[in-house]
Amino acid sequence: MIKSYKARRIISNTVIYILLGGLGLIWISPLVYLILHSFRGGKAELATTIIPQSWTFDNYAKIFNPPDPNVVNFPQWFMNTFIIAIFSCIISTLAVLMVSYAFSRLRFKARKPLINIGMILGMFPGFMTMIAIYYLLKVMGILSMPRVALIICYSAGAGLGYQISKGFFDTIPRALDEAATIDGATKNQIFWKIILPMSKPILVYTVLTSFIGPWTDFILAKIIVGAQGPENYTVAIGLQKLVGQEYKAQHFREFLAGSVIVAVPITALFLFMQRYYVEGVTAGGVKG
Amino acid sequence: MKYIDYVQLNPFQKIWYNLKQFFKALPSNIVKICKAIGRFFKKLFVGIGKGVAGYFTRFVKGDWATKLSYIIMGFGNMMKGQIIKGCIFLATEVAFIAFMISFGANKIYNLGFFNNGKIGFREKGEYVRTASGAREYLPPDDSMQLLLYGVMTVIIIALFLVIYFASVKSAYKAQQKVAAGEKLPTFKEELKQFGDEKFHVTLLAFPSLTISIFTILPLIFMILIAFTNYTEKTPFFQWVGLQTFADIFQSSGGASKGYTFVELTKWTLIWAVCATVLNYILGMVVALMINKKGIKLKALWRTLFVVTVAVPQFVSLLLMQQMLEGNQFGAFNQLFEQLGWLPTNADGAVQYIDFLGNANKWVPRLTVIVVNIWVGIPYTILITSGILMNIPADLYESATIDGAGPVRTFFSITLPYMLFVTTPYLITTFIGNINNFNVIYLLVGDQYSMDLHNAGYTDLLVTWLFRLSQTTGEYNLAAAIGILVFIVCATVSLLTFNLTKSAKNEEEFS
Repeated sequence: MIKSYKARRIISNTVIYILLGGLGLIWISPLVYLILHSFRGGKAELATTIIPQSWTFDNYAKIFNPPDPNVVNFPQWFMNTFIIAIFSCIISTLAVLMVSYAFSRLRFKARKPLINIGMILGMFPGFMTMIAIYYLLKVMGILSMPRVALIICYSAGAGLGYQISKGFFDTIPRALDEAATIDGATKNQIFWKIILPMSKPILVYTVLTSFIGPWTDFILAKIIVGAQGPENYTVAIGLQKLVGQEYKAQHFREFLAGSVIVAVPITALFLFMQRYYVEGVTAGGVKG
Repeated sequence: MKYIDYVQLNPFQKIWYNLKQFFKALPSNIVKICKAIGRFFKKLFVGIGKGVAGYFTRFVKGDWATKLSYIIMGFGNMMKGQIIKGCIFLATEVAFIAFMISFGANKIYNLGFFNNGKIGFREKGEYVRTASGAREYLPPDDSMQLLLYGVMTVIIIALFLVIYFASVKSAYKAQQKVAAGEKLPTFKEELKQFGDEKFHVTLLAFPSLTISIFTILPLIFMILIAFTNYTEKTPFFQWVGLQTFADIFQSSGGASKGYTFVELTKWTLIWAVCATVLNYILGMVVALMINKKGIKLKALWRTLFVVTVAVPQFVSLLLMQQMLEGNQFGAFNQLFEQLGWLPTNADGAVQYIDFLGNANKWVPRLTVIVVNIWVGIPYTILITSGILMNIPADLYESATIDGAGPVRTFFSITLPYMLFVTTPYLITTFIGNINNFNVIYLLVGDQYSMDLHNAGYTDLLVTWLFRLSQTTGEYNLAAAIGILVFIVCATVSLLTFNLTKSAKNEEEFS
């Protein structure tokens, strides 16, 4: 009896290993394809075989040192995105922390109505307002400074993403605030000296998500800089252009190499913060 | 059913019971929500009424300085010694009047109240003689800009009114304090309050300003656009009321707007259900396999899947688009060709599968659903892994002793338990899928069908909205669809979200 139970377990585990192996292979293979083909040499720009026949570093050399910077200027795109990401990260983090702290720890008359307004605003599809934002930026004259325009776009509405860090602040005992108030601390001091130092996980999460945002966003950037010159592109727009019909036949491998360069650091950051990500999502969306 | 009976049900029956209760309670919940909305408006009007009443009683009870500050803002504060505060109020008033005279009044005038609902006055460009006699061309009015300025002016007026009422209140308060013999706070002391009692004002001022300008203003503007006839071809436009919505709902077959709307709404719902349910169940199965006792290298397996989430979507989806191409360059077609799965035509040439093309209605739709499984399962694995570990192990043990196989265990224990715990997550995912722009747009790119109005068969309502505003410039139609999508999402979340625990237990920890 024991033997057969053991045998059954071995069989079922083997089946699971095979299934997991197969599925894992399927899941990872497109990314392996991406990396393999980013090193593909030879004359043909587009892939004619699944496994590349010759190998080279040329694609990476080309992407770092563009022969024709007026068409493909990856270093510039990378710098643009980096600058935008840094600034919008700082502004968004501040906005998110300020709003979530106010909604979580402070009590004032307009709190509930403001929370409800925030929830309702979040339910409108974001693409609806984009065309209006575009015109607004144009009227304000900011559109001629695409980086500033994008920073504004990414960080202006950031305060609405307060739910996750509000959930975190909600779990800090109120007794701390009360004790500090008795000791004569103002609410401003409580925020900076007591709550913020305790909120490292949520701080890391907010900083990382708002830093990654501009790297992965496609649609806002497309509307703001899509019609402008290539020197203003972000990586997402630039790389998308490279697989467009007019450029694909000459630049497909550069797209692959550029994608790898963008994907590696973002992937590393995400893997590093996946614990916070899960905590964040489950805190807001799962009842326990 | 009493609580004791409920506890004795097995998890599956519990779910079924809750589901029944939900639909039983649905009508009364709808009534409740309507009542809540009614109460909100009642509260709003009562509040406004009280404000107006207070406004007049303060005028009656006020001394001459307070009365004068109804016209000259901040006058009362200045007379009571709060010079800086009074000056700020006065400066606001002066700035507002200057703004209205030089700019605002004209923009309100242009909003169409005086020209049969047309926004602006100069319908066509015209030549005029200037004072010096030269001919000058005046382009037609840009209604879009005028409407934008108009909305901006209205918001500024609203903000000014808030400050105006605050100033009147502040003047009266100062008068009362002086009458009671109290010392008025100096400007410095009042500033200090923003670090303490009024800290929320400090914290919320900057975010609310940016949100008002870049979220609320555009939103109001686009909602208004839905009631105009604004398209790229009519830069001079007018109010048309509900005409745009009427266009959507009159279904006259062919490639009409109405037909497209119905077709894409059906597909959006099918997509949202498939994407949510498939990803949820399949993701959970994989998570269970990874977390099964005795399986080694758990971290490796999990990372293998999670990497697909971590890679930016524009990279993974654009790559997929290239791999799915319907010719000899697409990796999938190459693979199928080598495996000999592709049919050949009469000349012996291989026929490649056009995965994303719109020649067939269901091939691209199936493709996006399958690709979405690739994108979505890792999310489910990430989210559910932790919760799956919390299912009491004795449930599984007793099930095994009773002779239940893995399939039976999954459907009788795991799924009911998970459904019970993750309902809110499922609802958010469902709404997220209705709005899932990236997967469709980045994966499919620009594929159009002749049978639809500026859309392909794989388009969701939100991608259609995007195409309408970006490629053909039918802004009014796009805005109307946006409003409809909002109504659907808001109803779903209101009906389900407010009933779950997480909304009610906000104060549990504090």
